[in-house]
Amino acid sequence: MHVPDGFLNAPTSVATGAAAAAGVAIALRKARDEMDERQAPLAGLAATFIFATQMINFPVGAGTSGHFIGGALAAVLVGPWTAILVMSVVLLLQSLLFADGGLTALGTNISLLGLAAVASGWLITRAVLAVLPRRQASVVPAAAIGAALSVPIAAVVFVLLFAAGGSAALPFGTLLASMIGVHVLIGIGEAVITGLTVSAVLAVRPDLVYAARGLRAPLALKQADGTVVAPDAEAGQTTRVSTRALLIGGALVTAIVAGAVSFFASSSPDGLESVAETEGFAEAAREHTFGGFALADYGEVGGIPVGLAGLLGAAAVLVVGLVLFRLVRQRGDSVDATPPP
Amino acid sequence: MTGHAHLLYRHGDSVVHRLPAHVKVTALLAFVLIVVSTSRQHYLAFAGFAALLAVVAVVAQVPPRFIATRALIEVPFLVFAAILPFVATGERVDVLGLSLSSEGLLAAWNIAVKGTLGVVASILLAATTDARALLLGLQRLRLPARLVEIASFMVRYADVVASDLHRMRIARESRAFEARHLGHLRVVAQGAGALFVRSYERGERVHMAMLSRGYSGAMPLSGAAPATRSDWATAAALPVAAVLIALTLEVLR
Repeated sequence: MHVPDGFLNAPTSVATGAAAAAGVAIALRKARDEMDERQAPLAGLAATFIFATQMINFPVGAGTSGHFIGGALAAVLVGPWTAILVMSVVLLLQSLLFADGGLTALGTNISLLGLAAVASGWLITRAVLAVLPRRQASVVPAAAIGAALSVPIAAVVFVLLFAAGGSAALPFGTLLASMIGVHVLIGIGEAVITGLTVSAVLAVRPDLVYAARGLRAPLALKQADGTVVAPDAEAGQTTRVSTRALLIGGALVTAIVAGAVSFFASSSPDGLESVAETEGFAEAAREHTFGGFALADYGEVGGIPVGLAGLLGAAAVLVVGLVLFRLVRQRGDSVDATPPP
Repeated sequence: MTGHAHLLYRHGDSVVHRLPAHVKVTALLAFVLIVVSTSRQHYLAFAGFAALLAVVAVVAQVPPRFIATRALIEVPFLVFAAILPFVATGERVDVLGLSLSSEGLLAAWNIAVKGTLGVVASILLAATTDARALLLGLQRLRLPARLVEIASFMVRYADVVASDLHRMRIARESRAFEARHLGHLRVVAQGAGALFVRSYERGERVHMAMLSRGYSGAMPLSGAAPATRSDWATAAALPVAAVLIALTLEVLR
């Protein structure tokens, strides 16, 4: 999804550039609360990490593969504001050092992958967290759902930009439907990798997962006589998702689901599938080209045969989320059961 | 990325190599903006722009083969452009027995030519500018210091993190692991999780090392050589020539 030069006209590119600059400026200010003065080295290595994980390819259909975006993953791991900075730096260097994504399209790319994907991924993650049990394991399905929806949301933003300043008179509905169709599939891959990665980090260093902060079980001291004392120090650390975040996230989810469903219903499946395939193929070819000269040996997932093609839409995402949740909950329970050393 | 070089960098000593990075980035941005704003029906103008880039490539001693290989990154968007004539709306024209949308044909040409010129221009920048010079250039261009710092850490540790990944892959393969079905995604994702923990902990150690060397929250400014007037004049040749081409054709129409 790295847009090249000339895809959108100059006014649209300038407008998205301004939006990206404003977003990054706000993120620069806000990110200080997330990482304090350790920010530069930590965010730098997080950027390197995201850059490396973007080499992961996964199949989404016949001859089609998507690539990992990492916006939601970055937001869940290092916090949303730092994630915006991290994604922006990755996109900036990809544009200047790898000729990947046009220089005039940099603002567009930052708006799509840095702002839209990170913000939607984060808000949805928080919204899902608000309805799940308050424990660290809940972060895994929440992050998976956030990641799954962040990809089609970024695709919808792209379609809107293309409608406003694109260079071709494409039927809006067809383009929207085919983009959502492909990106729902890519979103499933994104969800699986994001969920599993977050669960792997949670198992080793739960303190590093930004979204899991404040979700640790409060410390309880058991006295010699069997009474349990809860120190007050931990009490202040609990955070609740604000109702507003929940509402915004819920509205986004509803809009996406409703939009996708209505367009799927209105266009003929054959035309939809063919456009989806050609556009998906475009993504696949691009990623393999890129993988050809950077960290190429990481793309081994591309060898996995097709298995996801038939699973479409939100139902699949939900199943993935629930399975992840169960797996992690089981692991969490077994960890809880072991006596402290 | 080894040392200060990166994958697209070609060591050399030409006028283009010697220009300060911020001057080059500014000239590139101006040039691409002109290309993007040029009306798609000025076919000759795009030939002129391509000729300008060819001149830069010759001066910078970047061989055409090198540019062509790197430009392959753009192929998927050319595929997208290629399907536009079939799916776009508008009046149809018959070309070789195919019914194509004339609007779609123009749009395909527009994306193909502007995208290609942009990619080639970016490759020329990357081929003649090493990563360190580019970071200093971004600093000169008043990119917020925090972003420059993050970018410089990313450039510096890309090699280290890549070899971390490589070691993990060797470890998996030496245990006869091969990703064969989707269940194996779990293994790869766990690798990604481990990579994050390793990267983050490396970041913590780097921060400690920086503190012990007197880091107080801001990196000391290492001076990028200021650009002289002749540097600017040299770099401006590209966008100015592009504007002249566009204007001349506009007048001749």
